[in-house]
Amino acid sequence: MNRQVELKNHQREMYYFQLRLVISIGLVLVLLAILLARFTYLQVVRHDYYQTLAESNRISVVPIVPNRGLILGRNGAVLAHNYSGYTLEITPNKTTDLEATINELSTLVEITPKDRKRFKKLLAERRNFETLVIRNRLSDEEVARFAAQQYRFPGVEIKARLFREYPYGEITAHLLGYVGRINQSDVAQLEENDLAANYRGSDYIGKTGLEQSYESVLHGTTGVEQVEVDSVGRAIRRLSRTPPVSGNTLVLSIDAKLQEIAFQSFGNYRGALVAIDPNNGEVLAFVSKPGYDPSLFVDGIDTQSWDELNNSPDTPLNNRALRGQYPPGSTIKPFMALAGLHYGERAPGQTINDPGYFTLPGSSHQYRDWKKDGHGSVDMFKSIVVSCDTYYYGLATDLGIDRISNYLSRFGFGKKTGIDLEGETSGLLPSQAWKMRRYQQQWYVGDTVSVGIGQGYNLVTPLQLAVATALLANNGKGFRPHLVKEVRSSLNNESHLMTDNPEFDLRIEPAHLDLVRKAMVAVTQPGGTAVRAAAGASYHIAGKTGTAQVIGIKQGEKYIEDQVLERHRDHAWFMAFAPAEQPRIALVVLVENGGHGSSTAAPIARKVLDYYLLGKVPQPLQTIAGEEDEEHD
Amino acid sequence: MTRRQLWLRFIAHLDRPLLLGICLLLLVSLLVLYSADNTDWGLPLSQMLNIAVALTCMWLVANLPLHYLMRTAVPVYLLGMALLISVALFGEISHGARRWLDLGVTTLQPSELMKIGVPLMMAWYFEKHEATLTLKNYFIAALLLLMPVALIMRQPDLGTAILISASGFYVLFLAGLSWRVMGGLLVAVLVSAPLTWSMLHDYQRLRILMLLDPSQDALGKGYHTIQATIAVGSGGLLGKGYLKGTQAHLDFLPERTTDFIFAVYSEEFGLIGNLILLSLYFFVIARGFIITANASTYFTRLMAGSITLTFATYAFVNMGMVSGILPVVGVPLPLVSYGGTSMLTLLLGFGMLMSIETHKKLIKT
Repeated sequence: MNRQVELKNHQREMYYFQLRLVISIGLVLVLLAILLARFTYLQVVRHDYYQTLAESNRISVVPIVPNRGLILGRNGAVLAHNYSGYTLEITPNKTTDLEATINELSTLVEITPKDRKRFKKLLAERRNFETLVIRNRLSDEEVARFAAQQYRFPGVEIKARLFREYPYGEITAHLLGYVGRINQSDVAQLEENDLAANYRGSDYIGKTGLEQSYESVLHGTTGVEQVEVDSVGRAIRRLSRTPPVSGNTLVLSIDAKLQEIAFQSFGNYRGALVAIDPNNGEVLAFVSKPGYDPSLFVDGIDTQSWDELNNSPDTPLNNRALRGQYPPGSTIKPFMALAGLHYGERAPGQTINDPGYFTLPGSSHQYRDWKKDGHGSVDMFKSIVVSCDTYYYGLATDLGIDRISNYLSRFGFGKKTGIDLEGETSGLLPSQAWKMRRYQQQWYVGDTVSVGIGQGYNLVTPLQLAVATALLANNGKGFRPHLVKEVRSSLNNESHLMTDNPEFDLRIEPAHLDLVRKAMVAVTQPGGTAVRAAAGASYHIAGKTGTAQVIGIKQGEKYIEDQVLERHRDHAWFMAFAPAEQPRIALVVLVENGGHGSSTAAPIARKVLDYYLLGKVPQPLQTIAGEEDEEHD
Repeated sequence: MTRRQLWLRFIAHLDRPLLLGICLLLLVSLLVLYSADNTDWGLPLSQMLNIAVALTCMWLVANLPLHYLMRTAVPVYLLGMALLISVALFGEISHGARRWLDLGVTTLQPSELMKIGVPLMMAWYFEKHEATLTLKNYFIAALLLLMPVALIMRQPDLGTAILISASGFYVLFLAGLSWRVMGGLLVAVLVSAPLTWSMLHDYQRLRILMLLDPSQDALGKGYHTIQATIAVGSGGLLGKGYLKGTQAHLDFLPERTTDFIFAVYSEEFGLIGNLILLSLYFFVIARGFIITANASTYFTRLMAGSITLTFATYAFVNMGMVSGILPVVGVPLPLVSYGGTSMLTLLLGFGMLMSIETHKKLIKT
């Protein structure tokens, strides 16, 4: 290439650049002219056409919210349904003076301070062209009164909406959970899962419980309606309609009557009860007491009610059955006995002598039996029947913590059961490695001793213990527990059964199992710890009582129930299955601060068993308070 | 130093005509946002914050002497490329497109950085080889453009890819790419159009198809265009009046605070309003061209010209798509649409224009 050409010619270069600049300016002018021409065409030539479209003939796409699916009990009782009701709603930016409007409205329909508070909250959260609810559930009379005066209230209207209702209220609160208004974080969640379109127009979403875990099944598919609206947004006529598809119906394995009896049987006590059909993992009753009124949350809870629920010492919002973690107490003993047999540390007939306490070799520390003078000569059968602590102190020491941990985990302790509810806790099954991780300390033999009677580091949830009990009842064959029995399609009423549970078999030696089950039956016979609660039953109950200490008792001190603050009293456990020979139900009762398992927990279990097996309804339902005094001795 | 001297030094590097034009457009932005957000102060206030941040950055860049500006070209470009590649590898997916990089604290859209980075790099490259420009240099410059564009197309972000292609093309054009080559390119584009069509995503094809006949898909993709056209057309000569646009206020206009904000403006202020807005844009563009013509070096000429032309392209593409003569590609109305990132990118560009204008005397002496 010629060097002359490569050298730059500054002036020529500038000339070319400026030429290109002029071309650019020309181009920009042409583009602007095109835009101007287009605007003129739209805004002058075709103005009338678009004016008509805008003013009188517009198409609005309106979502049609599907009906939320019903929730039914196993025998058809309605646990959650929708009812249509009227609401009074205000569109803030169509109203001139909000405060005055609300005051004026309150002369026609009752508007409580709670309604005002909730409205203020909505006003802060929502955009002011949305309609906001000021009053829910108007009576027919109120609707009529407002309708006559509506002309005075621009921007205020009555709407028909569907409300979620839970006929069983607090009895099923922890089981069903509740729906609540869709909030910012729900919206973000929906957008992330690409579901926002299906929730256009929806006000509610499942917040906790089954309403939450089966949200996708219950919600349904939103329909679309194309309507012509006039310039103030009133619908003139419908152009097309894609109907919504209602949510599917959930049929639970819960027996509604059983659930009610179980809940009422607690009387004024706090606690939890889980009953399972051991033959298929269906949960028959799922109680956490105290409950709460779920309808408070449906309309948006006011701060006062929220504070009351949230700050109550009874923690009514805590789902004890699912999330409560308690020391298992003596209910762990049947499982410990199986572990002893499994690893060959104990033979069935092998006896120990119980002087009323246990000491580790080379130590003077006394681990006391609940019975001061001891049970004398004790074999495995008797150890369960009389709930001998000394027997299990020794057994646990001989097994060692890691073998205990390994064996108990087969029954599901220390891990989630996988039930179809969110928020389950996993309890705690300690091991050497766990203690090192948690406390950076090595495991001491002394730690193992109290694990043997369920009083060490170990914690279980009532649900976990119920699942383990069902495993004993069904000879080591187990299922993942589930609350939903079938999903009934809203389209064709076809049922989809929830039977895809993984079945598993622990393969427990039948002779071992037979011994433990026989001992558990003897627990409810004369000489056993739960004889009174089982008195007069026409079927055999296999059971085990348990007591979980809430506060520690010093060496040499005695625990006297009447002298202890109520909140510091022991938690009472009772686990059972019946009929013992061919179990149809396995259950666990926990009574917080209930004292002994035999006096408070076992009678509750008896009522539930009597209803489930014999159809006997306790008369009157609320009777526990009377019996309680009698049993205190 | 007196207070007056301090003030003079503070505004020394701000180009007053350009600043005036920008501020008038920003004022329009706040007014229309208030209306588009249903007479709520939320968005206008947050837009004010965007503006404050962007104006500060503009001032900083305007005070940056030219050789610093040039020195940033290579690092900015390399950083942009690195980010684009990491987006392709580990970017956040939102709305089916992988555009965002999650930095823990904030998310970053690297393609936005390249709106400045690509022309900067190309102008730097041409300046470096100014004395000996051959066809090979144009080819290399084109490669510098196509690599990031290809990555952005893959995300897929058609709007940004088109804008960056345009800004790069303007550099090539102003650097004197011969008409013959441009003619050849045009033929190549026409020939490769069917190939490009096959590479486009379904939603992009839909948007182009729908442009030909928006009524085909009135409830889906065509809805944006139809409602926006109705808004513009019903505005008429004088408009429906501020805050009185029914299309916008009855919730018919989608994305009315961002890409479709022009429809709100046009409905309320009519053809007269549009004329005023076009004049404002032309005023800013014309000032940009004057700065370009006065620029003292090859680098600054190319840079100033590209920034100005890209700004014009933004405005044209957005108003064209809202009024239904261009496909909906997702380009905001410059300086008016709500959004912090595009505001920052635009004002950084104007900061460079101001730096080019106010530092040139120093270089000449």
